[in-house]
Amino acid sequence: MALLDVQNLVVDIPTQRGVFHAVRDISFTLERGETLAIVGESGSGKSLTSLALMNLLPKLMKRKAARLTFDGNDLLDMPERGMRKLRGDCMAMIFQEPMTSLNPAYTIGDQLTEALRCHRSVSASAARDRAVQLLERVGIAAADRRLKQYPHQLSGGLRQRVMIAMALMCSPDLIIADEPTTALDVTIQAQILRLLADLKKEFGMAMILISHDLGVVARVADKVAVMYAGSVVESGPVRPVFNAPSHPYTRGLLSCIPVPGRTAPGAPLGAIPGQLPNLIGWLEGCTFRDRCAFAAPECAGEIPTAEPEPGHEVRCVRLPALAGAA
Amino acid sequence: MSETIPAIVEPPAAASEADVLAAAPPRGAWLRGFLRRSVGHGGLMLGGGILLIIVVLALAAPLIAPHDPYHQDLAQRLIPPIWHAHGTWNHVLGTDKLGRDYFSRLLYGAQISLLIGALTVVIAGTIGTLLGVCAGYFGGRVDAVLSYIVTTRLALPVVLVALALAVFVGGSLQGVILVLGLLLWDRFAVVTRSATKQVAQADYVAAARAIGCSTPRILFSEILPNIFNALIVVATLEMAHAILLEAALSFLGLGVQPPLPSWGLMIAEGKQYMFFSPWVIGIPATALVFLVLAINLVGDGLRDVSAPENRN
Amino acid sequence: MLAFTLQRLVIAICVAITVSIVAFFLLHLSGDLAISIAGPDATAAQVEAIRQQFGLDQPLAIQYLHWLWRALHFDFGNSFFFRTTVTSLIESRIPVTLTLGAVALGLSLVVAVPLGVVAAVYNGTIIDRLALGFSVLGQAVPAFCLGLALIILFAVNLHWLPVSGAATWKNYVMPSIALGWYAIPAVMRLSRNGMLEVLSADYIRTARAKGLSPAVVILKHALRNAIIPVVALAAVQFGFMLGGSIVIEAVFSMHGLGYLAWEAIARNDYPVVQAIVLILAIIYVGLTFVSDVANAFLDPRIRLA
Repeated sequence: MALLDVQNLVVDIPTQRGVFHAVRDISFTLERGETLAIVGESGSGKSLTSLALMNLLPKLMKRKAARLTFDGNDLLDMPERGMRKLRGDCMAMIFQEPMTSLNPAYTIGDQLTEALRCHRSVSASAARDRAVQLLERVGIAAADRRLKQYPHQLSGGLRQRVMIAMALMCSPDLIIADEPTTALDVTIQAQILRLLADLKKEFGMAMILISHDLGVVARVADKVAVMYAGSVVESGPVRPVFNAPSHPYTRGLLSCIPVPGRTAPGAPLGAIPGQLPNLIGWLEGCTFRDRCAFAAPECAGEIPTAEPEPGHEVRCVRLPALAGAA
Repeated sequence: MSETIPAIVEPPAAASEADVLAAAPPRGAWLRGFLRRSVGHGGLMLGGGILLIIVVLALAAPLIAPHDPYHQDLAQRLIPPIWHAHGTWNHVLGTDKLGRDYFSRLLYGAQISLLIGALTVVIAGTIGTLLGVCAGYFGGRVDAVLSYIVTTRLALPVVLVALALAVFVGGSLQGVILVLGLLLWDRFAVVTRSATKQVAQADYVAAARAIGCSTPRILFSEILPNIFNALIVVATLEMAHAILLEAALSFLGLGVQPPLPSWGLMIAEGKQYMFFSPWVIGIPATALVFLVLAINLVGDGLRDVSAPENRN
Repeated sequence: MLAFTLQRLVIAICVAITVSIVAFFLLHLSGDLAISIAGPDATAAQVEAIRQQFGLDQPLAIQYLHWLWRALHFDFGNSFFFRTTVTSLIESRIPVTLTLGAVALGLSLVVAVPLGVVAAVYNGTIIDRLALGFSVLGQAVPAFCLGLALIILFAVNLHWLPVSGAATWKNYVMPSIALGWYAIPAVMRLSRNGMLEVLSADYIRTARAKGLSPAVVILKHALRNAIIPVVALAAVQFGFMLGGSIVIEAVFSMHGLGYLAWEAIARNDYPVVQAIVLILAIIYVGLTFVSDVANAFLDPRIRLA
């Protein structure tokens, strides 16, 4: 049985001008110990997906799904109390902005031990020991001194490590990392990613990694789902999707990245013209068609899900025509 | 790039009111939007309505007051209002300890409250705006000096100082206006200072400077019209403040002097009878509450309407 | 933090000195003080004698310095009307005012802060609107009217509380409510706005993601950050209450500092009025200093900068 089973997840935001379909009908599964990467540009709905899973969406947003189960538990009908038990304990989240994601008024130690003590009855000193242990594991030296410090006394990279340690306090089965390295320097990014990969191997937890950075994804993920304007346009194991991208959007994304050795110096990088469509109101057909170089009249209709290889799914009605052109 | 949750999406086409203001385009479009939002704002309409009624009643006092507010008739002392058993239609709201008709005194009292409120605001507003605009525009030393002056002024207990000054200026209508006007400028200064600081950054101010406009000219034609919104809001709120203070001063005997029908004075004069004739203080008190409530609603409403992004 | 505190202290002292100058000159505005003291029927010789006696023939600056010097030693001279030193008068009256102010502040905080928090948590609902409506209404009712209304209701009709005086704790109930009333809207709105801002912060989302209960999220994580400006405001409001207590003390015939000031003003008892204005102003300056420092201290980012 899959750890996480999501079928037809929808997130709607009511606005003055109509309903904004931020996440439209996406489905995926996640096995224990697997890492799924959700990739897409800003506004594609990837962060909302993760918040929808934890039921942490802002009050006004509505989520719907055909099925949403975690470790056998039905998350759709689960009352808030039940969700609170799961949050932090079985499913934990790491946010994008380490600078503002920690409470400035309390010490690191207080916020770390609180994560453990609200789910397990352990003594304060036992919680502190675990916090020290995890801080060391995420690569923070002089951990007991750090416990007494306040968030503003740590750098961005250190704070993100603290966030990771905090997520691990209860040894969760699933960690959702929402753009964990975006706000950090490039050198720190690499360190954090390596840390996440090591932790995943050691603790055996599943991970959903949300990013707009394909390089990040390739290193850490087992599966990838490419999102555009609320829909998953292509998904599958990492190697096939990266080596043989089928959807025009995925191909466009990959062509934007310079590859050492392959891209000629001074050659123009690919770019995808246009911008995200206005998602208010229901858009029939493929959301990418306004920016797609291969769009045709049938793109405005029903879009089937093709499967060029087992496990590798693509939502594009022009796939047969493109396969010939590729 | 880094936003994880989109705010409730407004189509990106329309610029915010702040942008419109900052570009200083024709006032027509902005004015229409302002009026539209005003009519839709419940508090503003309610407050404005009550205020309008009070102003009309006050202005029409000479026409509608059934009696002379100063006319004493000791045979008719302390008659209760119409809803009591002993009330008469001759004195709808009863009479006070000297037999003067309460309704008439209430109407003329409205004149006094409104007059004091308005004139105090004019005086305090002029002083405060002058100081605040200079501090906001010139910054640096001027600003530091102003902060210092405001802090000093705030340290003085207003009621006490007003009382002490009132003794010298003489308890009277003009005295109260003068004293309050000289004391209540601090909010004006603070608000106009921050509003000026914002406006002074705008391009059109730099443009005016570039074409050689003199500083007073800039202050008057560029800065002042654009801080007008903030100014109006403070003016209404300070007007309410002034009216309340005058009532307190008159209640303590050092504001408006008898026989003028200030509402605060009416409450003071009625205090000794309040146990048996509670309407003597109840009626002017209720009138005060309505007036101040109306002014506050208008002030809050104007604040909401002129800067929707600052909605409370 | 230390540098900040010292800077604030220096400013506070400068303001205190300026205020003392204003307080001093406040009462010399009426022209020749000697004539006012002597009365309208005094002869020129009597006026001159008084002028000598009170040192009014010296230059104003010198008079000020003398007065200031004595004030620093808590010597404010003798009251013209009451046959005793100003200092002893103030000593006997100030406990009433301080108690009244403290209780009033306490009451207003106990009402306003929870109200603001609840309004923020239930933002946009009927509870929020009721709280805001209550605050608007509250600002429209003058404190002395409320005091009188309370007297009529609780003292006269229900006989639960005494009408006037300052003898027992029961005497402080109604005056504290009336005095604290005016602070409630401001404190409530600040709490509400502070909470609203804090509740939308990223660290609140983190707290929720950890599975913490709503009570812990609101009371431990949110309130701790939102309360900082409220503490600062509370200190300042206490200062306003001390200054504004004169009206309430008049309504309830409580013999505190404000009442004393009222009597003194009516009787042209200048030394008393000067001293009271100075003391209240200094207390206020002290409170703003405390409020600034508290504001900085409660935020670890400033405290440990």
